[in-house]
Amino acid sequence: MLPELGHFALILALLLAGLQAFFGIVGPMAGRDRWTAAVTPAVAGQFVMIGTAVGCLIYSFVSNDFSVLYVAENSNSALPLFYRVTALWGAHEGSLLLWIFLLSCWTVAVSIGVTRLPQRFGARVLGVLGIVSFGFLLFTLATSNPFSRLDPPAPDGRDLNPILQDPALAIHPPILYTGYVGFAVAFAFACAAMLEGRLDQHWARWTRPWTTAAWAFLSCGIALGSWWAYYELGWGGYWFWDPVENASFMPWLVGTALIHSLAVTDKRGLFKSWTLLLAILAFSLSLLGTFLVRSGVLVSVHSFAADPTRGIFILCFLVVMIGGALSLYAWRAPLLKSQAGFDLSARESFLLFNNILLVVAAATVFAGTLAPLIATTLGLGTLSVGAPYFNPTFMLSMLPLCALLGIGIHANWKRGRLGEKSRVLLTTLVIAIALACLISFAIYSHGKILTPVGATLGVWIILTSLVDPIDRVRRKLSLSRSVVGMTVAHIGLGLFVLALTTVESFTTEHDVSLAKGAATAVGPYEFRFEGVKSIEGPNYEGVTGTVRVSRNGTPLTVLYPEKRKYDVQRQVTTEAAIEMHYGSNLLVAMGEDLGAGKWSIRIQVRPLVNLVWLAAFIMAVGGGISLTDRRYRLTRSAAEEGAATVGSTTVTGERAG
Amino acid sequence: MNRFLIPLGVFALLVIVLGVGIKHSPELGIIKSPLLGKPAPEFTLPNLTSPGAVVKSTDLHGRWYVFNVWGTWCGGCRQEHSTLLDIKRAGVVPIIGMDWRDTDSEALSMLDQLGNPYETIAVDKDGHEAVDWGVYGAPETFLVNDKGIIVYKYVGPLTPQAWEKEFLPRLPQRQAGTAGAPAKS
Repeated sequence: MLPELGHFALILALLLAGLQAFFGIVGPMAGRDRWTAAVTPAVAGQFVMIGTAVGCLIYSFVSNDFSVLYVAENSNSALPLFYRVTALWGAHEGSLLLWIFLLSCWTVAVSIGVTRLPQRFGARVLGVLGIVSFGFLLFTLATSNPFSRLDPPAPDGRDLNPILQDPALAIHPPILYTGYVGFAVAFAFACAAMLEGRLDQHWARWTRPWTTAAWAFLSCGIALGSWWAYYELGWGGYWFWDPVENASFMPWLVGTALIHSLAVTDKRGLFKSWTLLLAILAFSLSLLGTFLVRSGVLVSVHSFAADPTRGIFILCFLVVMIGGALSLYAWRAPLLKSQAGFDLSARESFLLFNNILLVVAAATVFAGTLAPLIATTLGLGTLSVGAPYFNPTFMLSMLPLCALLGIGIHANWKRGRLGEKSRVLLTTLVIAIALACLISFAIYSHGKILTPVGATLGVWIILTSLVDPIDRVRRKLSLSRSVVGMTVAHIGLGLFVLALTTVESFTTEHDVSLAKGAATAVGPYEFRFEGVKSIEGPNYEGVTGTVRVSRNGTPLTVLYPEKRKYDVQRQVTTEAAIEMHYGSNLLVAMGEDLGAGKWSIRIQVRPLVNLVWLAAFIMAVGGGISLTDRRYRLTRSAAEEGAATVGSTTVTGERAG
Repeated sequence: MNRFLIPLGVFALLVIVLGVGIKHSPELGIIKSPLLGKPAPEFTLPNLTSPGAVVKSTDLHGRWYVFNVWGTWCGGCRQEHSTLLDIKRAGVVPIIGMDWRDTDSEALSMLDQLGNPYETIAVDKDGHEAVDWGVYGAPETFLVNDKGIIVYKYVGPLTPQAWEKEFLPRLPQRQAGTAGAPAKS
């Protein structure tokens, strides 16, 4: 009964989304205030319905109802309760439902936030979000119903994909999707402004906190995914330039550009049409990512079961949403004029470079991701694009970006006045180079050509970010939350560059075959293999190896890498043993049983790799801090001083839940 | 020319590429199974037609066979029965049956009435073996090659069209070409 109730709730949600879209778009156009007022109740109703559907599906999982096809395919009675709940998003249908649920959470938050904005504008924003939600609900109901029954019921389920049975991956999709979906809000604000035909600086201020929140979630989501790939896929890599990874990384790059260009539009009223385009692009890339992952046009380790009808549906949806928004853009953007000019050395110039470089970076990733597809289309055969393409092209735009960041944050708006800052900048540069040399040549004795460059840039970003806040604190001046947030995020970036440089320069890796009792040396470490014994888990069996590690002759630790075979899916997973010592991650993973007690074993020593993910979280925290800035929660009266028709946002603390 | 039209133009090109991409997308319409390309599960099960004897997967090694999961309680299985009998008549490849969660007497009486398309029938009374094959509903039909690898899986009642389009082309030329010729015409 409950699955049918969930199905029915989804159908009602579809109708409500249609109403929300219709009243939100047509109401303000026709000037009917009562229609406009109907939007918020539709949002609330839709949230309740989608929540009900999610609840029903979770219940089916928890109660092991294998008469539901999706449950039978992705769960098992031996699966621990926690994973039975998270199995909800273990495959295509359920993760689509999660996508829709998070969108409705964002929409509810927006509907609360926009009560302080002009009513018609708010209705338009919600109307656009209604269209997005309608499209995805229709997609789910038409091609991917998670409530389909299985007749007769399966005696037991096929179990959740073993590589998804992991705590980090259990929480990775909700956080990543919250970020993805969050860009829908910036997109809706942009479309609403274009529908209204006016876009002033207030628009940028209203959009900023939503964009930053979405961006922070996306940063965390990507970092979690990378962390999971590192320890669960078992072979010690943390970024593979896989189409699915790229699909989440492209919106992140464009979203980062959007955050910066929104700052310019907010503070100076410039870059208006460009900001609009970025807002459309960021969400379009999220949608495109959804398309790539679920249509089967690209082959990836993470992709869902391929289904061309789904692909066609999403493609039509892309044409409606992105095509519609871009047409609106072609029509409205020429009307936008930016009056003010700025110096070449002004902050605006630097942010313009920032935007260009980030978009170029996104474009190179885009080109690399779609190249195999384009090659097939043109009949050039199959093509695979990997790190040898992505690493250098990506660095080509990222290195200048990092270099300019340090100068740009010291430039003033309108007129740069960098001359006054040149001494500070020069001093920080000298210190950065000195520290970088110390890292490259004293701590780690060897390196590559780019090692000193990367290290210098990392240290330089951190130092230059700190100069201004330290100066203000010394002079006992106040620091706004948005400046603190920016500083923290930039320090995060600096640490990230530093960590990445170290990891890429100084990682050592050995694939060896070891018999019981044999040892191999990696740098100062010695790894001694002491054989395997069999183990048994709740829904798997396997072997665990014992590897004794010593450093410069003194015993350090014992590692127990595992190889598991899951009973139902008969899939083998590699559980690498990872421990951090002296800032480096020691990783031991079991390969194949070579017979006669010999095993192939991968040993890897990666310095500072944990800092890569930590730095990404620091960036996200920076975004979170800037969200709490007073500017975004001005009282109504304060905002009305500035512009008669304009209210203000109260977005602090609202998150998609 | 309005420069703000450029993004729309670029997007239109992208849609064309993606559209063609879908048309070319690999493995159109196959129901994915994690077992595809993997060795068929090994089993030893009671034999339905000769009590006391067993059906062993090791006896099947070295030749192509169709593995059909069925039960008398399953409507789709009765539906596909005539197709299975046709396949048996064509003699291209033997069909091994697995009677899934069923009572032996009912299974035998159904085969008496409708005819027996199977070379041998294994009995999976408690449904454990079906789990190993990743079965989630009868009927399901697998094609296993001479190396014991599952090369194809079909879910639902087997139709003559599906047999000609999906199974015959996958069989080696020698088998499909000689005995399979009448079935194709």
